[in-house]
Amino acid sequence: MKEMTTKLLVIGGGPGGYVAAIRAGQLGIPTMLVEGASLGGTCLNIGCIPSKALIHAAEEFERARHQAAGSQLGIRVSDPQIDIAQTVRWKDGIVQRLTGGVGALLRKASVQVHKGWAEIEDGKTVIVKPPEGEPLRVRCEHLLLATGSTPVELPSMPFGGAIWSSTDALSPDVVPKRLVVVGAGYIGLELGMAYRKLGVEVTVVEALQRVLPTYDEELTQPVLDALQKSGIVLHLGCSVQGWDAEHGVHVRNDARAEEFALPADRVLVAVGRRPRTAGFGLESLQLDMAGRHVAIDAHCRTSMRHVWAIGDITGEPMLAHRAMAQGECVAEQIAGKNRRFEPMQIPAVCFTDPEVVVVGKTPGEARAAGLDCIDAAFPFSANGRAMTLEATGGFVRVVARRDNHLILGWQAVGQGVAELAAAFTQSIEMGARLEDVGHTIHAHPTLGEAVQEAALRALGQALHI
Amino acid sequence: MGIYVIRVPDIGEGIAEVELVSWHVQPGDSIVEDQHLADVMTDKATVEVPSPMHGKVLSLGGAVGQVMAVGAELVRLEVEGEGNLKANAAPAPASQAQAATVSVATAAPVVAAAPAAPTVAPKTAPAPVRSSAAAPHAPAALRKEGERPLASPAVRRRALDMGIDLRRVHGSGPAGRIEHHDLDAFAAGGGQVQAVGGSQYVERHGEEQIPVIGLRRKIAQKMQEAKRRIPHFSYVEEVDVTELEALRQRLNAIHGATRGKLTLLPFLARAMVLALRDFPQINARYDDEAGHVTRYEGVHLGVATQTDGGLMVPVLRHAEGLDLWACAAGIARVAEGARSGKAPREELSGSTITLTSLGALGGIVSTPVINHPEVAIVGVNRMVERPMLRNGQVVARQLMNLSSSFDHRVVDGMDAAQFIQAIRVLLETPALLFVE
Repeated sequence: MKEMTTKLLVIGGGPGGYVAAIRAGQLGIPTMLVEGASLGGTCLNIGCIPSKALIHAAEEFERARHQAAGSQLGIRVSDPQIDIAQTVRWKDGIVQRLTGGVGALLRKASVQVHKGWAEIEDGKTVIVKPPEGEPLRVRCEHLLLATGSTPVELPSMPFGGAIWSSTDALSPDVVPKRLVVVGAGYIGLELGMAYRKLGVEVTVVEALQRVLPTYDEELTQPVLDALQKSGIVLHLGCSVQGWDAEHGVHVRNDARAEEFALPADRVLVAVGRRPRTAGFGLESLQLDMAGRHVAIDAHCRTSMRHVWAIGDITGEPMLAHRAMAQGECVAEQIAGKNRRFEPMQIPAVCFTDPEVVVVGKTPGEARAAGLDCIDAAFPFSANGRAMTLEATGGFVRVVARRDNHLILGWQAVGQGVAELAAAFTQSIEMGARLEDVGHTIHAHPTLGEAVQEAALRALGQALHI
Repeated sequence: MGIYVIRVPDIGEGIAEVELVSWHVQPGDSIVEDQHLADVMTDKATVEVPSPMHGKVLSLGGAVGQVMAVGAELVRLEVEGEGNLKANAAPAPASQAQAATVSVATAAPVVAAAPAAPTVAPKTAPAPVRSSAAAPHAPAALRKEGERPLASPAVRRRALDMGIDLRRVHGSGPAGRIEHHDLDAFAAGGGQVQAVGGSQYVERHGEEQIPVIGLRRKIAQKMQEAKRRIPHFSYVEEVDVTELEALRQRLNAIHGATRGKLTLLPFLARAMVLALRDFPQINARYDDEAGHVTRYEGVHLGVATQTDGGLMVPVLRHAEGLDLWACAAGIARVAEGARSGKAPREELSGSTITLTSLGALGGIVSTPVINHPEVAIVGVNRMVERPMLRNGQVVARQLMNLSSSFDHRVVDGMDAAQFIQAIRVLLETPALLFVE
């Protein structure tokens, strides 16, 4: 078996792994990256990017259909059609451009990329099995685990055929007539709403009594309204029992103890993701675990010296931007710098329509943490730009300490609010107070004015409401 | 309307001067007859000076800590009717009082020119100040224990690069945010903490001047005098108090409820009384200026007592005439008198030998300072249970050291040793305490 040595070996070429490798290469660390599928990981290939592409295409199509039905803007469109195969080709083009870009960045940083699946022998030795050819034994000083996560499968409905994982839903062979989405978390709702816009009859089944159960109800109400308005059928408090092609999805309403079937051509199972900790010899390291994920400290160190872990394998929140920041943090530490992964917040965005942004603490979380806080919301119905965009639903909410007005959190719901995340995160990381945001001139007319007004409202000084 | 001058009263016993300890009135106050004006201290007694009249305070005659001659102007009042001074007479300058206290002039603070504005510190010295390195920064909201420091990402990364723990850095920004210049200041201070707050490891840079006045000055003078004049020598002996302790506990069990609990001190006082019969040169006062030692038949036992203001030595008179319980009660009474400041004068002076004990804090050995002009002091150390050899057997015994000091000018080492050995014998065989 061919043998190689390197200083840093990264397992996984997703946003955590490739960022770590690029940064390590920039810092002059001999670095090797092993990826079994394609560079970019879930995020670029079967996650964030393709889903946003599909969502965009669906929105454009829906707009055209909406205009065809008669638009008060005076636009006339007739009989819009969608060629879903072309949509997928367009999406794949974006994915290819991005993953190709990642490869180029890795080459530029002198990172050796090996295609193949890794098998850990010990904390310093990894066998790389390429799709064809001889395996390679790599000896490394530092091992970085960035293997990500996989969609959770339902035992009664294994993926395949009519049962879609999120990956399948992003590369549809056909546009189904009837789609049942299992799980009303952000993945299920994002894709369910996109398919509804493509003209699909969508039904969502959720075991809990709420959609987007990780967010507070005030925040999810506009999403719920939009779901109902769009014609998506919701079955809350219901569990999925199984599936057969004839009747569709077997659903049980736990509270009412009744069972019924939802006919479906395709079923999207989006009930969560689990850290990928099996199938590559991780057991041999016997690392400390925290539940299902690998336990790490504030330096992203595992319980074994010089074995690091970042991203989804280290648990929630499973977000690409968290993995990227951790990857940079680890690379710099291997280069001898003193680093810790201690952000004030990690933003989370849900690309439903309307979008939801959560940064820092919600009022409930702040109070649960024993903080005396104030919060205030500013509705987009009082924002001029939102009116011109026909997007007056939703609001921006701010949470701050009562004593010194230090901003603890921002939440927003509405069309296009994902882009406000930058302002939210920056204000919190910079330690801004309500006055800092309230007395910053925000451009008019923009949705961002709602950010300023929310801060002013918390101070009792709102001007436009 | 007239002016009435209240003068420093003659407290008696040939006292020529007193120290002003505290004021209870301020210029402009309206006061009534018998109202408490000021506290003055003589020797070791603090005396309240009442007002003889109704009136309004015009001026104060001195500052706290000032030594004033008896008869000097203490307070100037505006009173109904005629005063005891012509209205246009100038207030007696404070320097007059000063001039009357030549003997302690070096220690007396210079009094501020305006008698109405008493200053605590001598004017030539800087006023008491609290300084802090954080003075330029307005103290921002302090971080609570465990609360994360507030700093921008750039500041946090720079701190990591510099190896600085942000929890130790003072934040001068809004809401206590740590700014780049706070890091610079922290680093410039060699990693010194720049301000109070946040951490239990914050270095503190304040200083405070405490004027040595009142009782503290008396103590300082007495100690200085004792150590300067008296060539001390100390002698330490170990005493087996097992039997004494057993007796004490037995007595307390039998009589504690009716006669009060006994500590070791009355036994020790009794042992001293008995031993002193054979060593009269130790129960004495040495006037080294006059060149004679006065021996006393009575034992006037000074009892070193810690009070809120500092060390005092009230006197248990005629300890030789008191049984154990009377002695215990007497010690408690004079100590309480000293602590409350209510001790009559005769209980504050005239001791012929002193007993000092810190009880459980007594330590192993001490080197007590003789209460000048006495010639001996007996100190009691902590009682502990120790393994001892008796008749070839290791047995547990209660042991206690006596650490005593003597004036070597008039007490020879041999006499001192024999005196302490006599006490030891009495304490180790407590029956001897009751045998004449």
